[in-house]
Amino acid sequence: MTDLSVQIGDLTLASPVMPASGTFAEGLERVIDLNRLGALVTKTITRELRAGNPLPRVVERPGGLINSIGIPSKGVPHFLDHTLPYYAAYRTPLVVSISAPTAEGFAELAAEISRPGVAAIEANISCPNIEEDGRAFAMNAASTEAVMRQLRAATSLPLWAKLTPNTGDLPDVARAAEAAGADAVVVANTILAMAIDLNTFKPCLGNVMGGMSGPAIKPIVLRQVYQCARAVRIPVIGCGGVSDTEDAVEYMLAGATAVQVGTATFLQPAAMTMIIDGLAKFCERRDIARVADLVGAVVNEEADEPELAWLAP
Amino acid sequence: MSVHHMSASASEVALGGNRADWSASIVAERAEVASNDEINAEYRHLVVRGSEIAARALPGQFFQLLCPQTGGDQPFLRRPMSLYGVDPTQRQIEFLYKVTGAGTRGLATLRPRDSLDIMGPLGVGFTLSPGFRSIVVVGRGAGLATLAPLARAARDSGISVTAILSARRPELLVSVDLFKREGAQVVAVTDSESTSGPANVERILRRLIAEGRCDAFFACGSSRLLRVQQRLAREFGIPGQVAMEQQMACGLGLCYCCVRDFHVGGEIVHRRVCWDGPVFDMMEALP
Repeated sequence: MTDLSVQIGDLTLASPVMPASGTFAEGLERVIDLNRLGALVTKTITRELRAGNPLPRVVERPGGLINSIGIPSKGVPHFLDHTLPYYAAYRTPLVVSISAPTAEGFAELAAEISRPGVAAIEANISCPNIEEDGRAFAMNAASTEAVMRQLRAATSLPLWAKLTPNTGDLPDVARAAEAAGADAVVVANTILAMAIDLNTFKPCLGNVMGGMSGPAIKPIVLRQVYQCARAVRIPVIGCGGVSDTEDAVEYMLAGATAVQVGTATFLQPAAMTMIIDGLAKFCERRDIARVADLVGAVVNEEADEPELAWLAP
Repeated sequence: MSVHHMSASASEVALGGNRADWSASIVAERAEVASNDEINAEYRHLVVRGSEIAARALPGQFFQLLCPQTGGDQPFLRRPMSLYGVDPTQRQIEFLYKVTGAGTRGLATLRPRDSLDIMGPLGVGFTLSPGFRSIVVVGRGAGLATLAPLARAARDSGISVTAILSARRPELLVSVDLFKREGAQVVAVTDSESTSGPANVERILRRLIAEGRCDAFFACGSSRLLRVQQRLAREFGIPGQVAMEQQMACGLGLCYCCVRDFHVGGEIVHRRVCWDGPVFDMMEALP
């Protein structure tokens, strides 16, 4: 029997597979057994009530989709009264994704939702839709460190920073999150993207730009996970186009301690539990006792760091 | 057969978290194509054999189909397709579709014995209340398929049906024979015969109401006709249900891509067509 558990800071996950924020809600309970997942990750909540972006909110492109949902949020009371009690019935750790327009706002929200039943906070400091032109805290190291320090002071819960792939400074941003006290970094959010309708000449999304996800972005984010895993000592959680067991293994070899699955769930709603089963089989076949042994196990004999430096960022 | 709302309440679902005997009530599976035939110049009729869970689908519910990639078309997301018919004993699930884009072009290539990845049953379907004695369904376009399963469900519940079916031309009407076979009275209205306009449909509806043959409205596929029904529903205090359409991604209420505005208690609220619907209270819908 393969040991599928992984350690994210003080938190032990029964398996290294969890949903990506924004692609998980109670409906999935009808398709898969949520108790089998490594963690449950909520949609991002905000203090303010948000209706979300104008439609269309999604457009498909070969190998993926571009979305611009705009973080619809029913606010903190709805979360405390409905969402939190709802997930209390599951033994799977609940990770709550939060976002705010300011560092103070992030800290206040983190304090408000630091309640029994919440296993960790994922600070979505990277959503490309919130800020003008897709700019976000995680675009640079200084603003990342500032917001993460305020968050660290506001809660004693494990704190994950969800980083944006839309920066050339990603390893520096990851280091800044670590320096400010993050327990893990999630690499990464969606890649800022766009599509135009050739009949109407209009952008395909109501918000003009959106975030790309799906298999098409996997090689890009895999490279970023590899870079971040070499830059920090805290766990890296890989997120970007994971669709099957092989993708999850590849991410773990690159240095991810766990993976988040998002868009794949839209195509195969049981993708996460299929990957968990697949990881156990993969490890058995390769005689690997613990799935955690895959983490960072990429064999890189030829190139050393100085030779790779020209590839930066 | 009686028709119930399918969505379990939050408390029921939450209990599932503690149960050892969890089981799926929505499945994504490879179904086998039984037939896929052209029925007129626009529509095709697809029949697949699925699992027992898939074949529990109820009128108004839908499936998300992973359409085959063919030629230059690479549909990435699943495509929502409303249930046209179901036979739980044969485990057969039927769809009616019009080839309009990359997804349906792929569906049109399917042959008997091919497999098709279907996910469902999804969403909240129609509700036939025990108090209804006669109902009126009004459909056009995709609505002709979505409303069709109501014919048998109503007959099984002893409810009589008048179906007002609308299309551009008489030869493009679908579901007429199906409704008639289940004992429904069919009123066909078409653009080419100048009978499909809101004024004429309103005349027909007023006559049905006056004859006591309209305890409830069921609608799908026409905003213009929905407005007529809403006006009459308000005037005569008749309840109604409408199946709404919207572009979808996940089909499970996860992504919030398919929200629409609804008028609820004096407020405009967003609801997910895939999970909170696709069938909604007619008076809350904004055409």
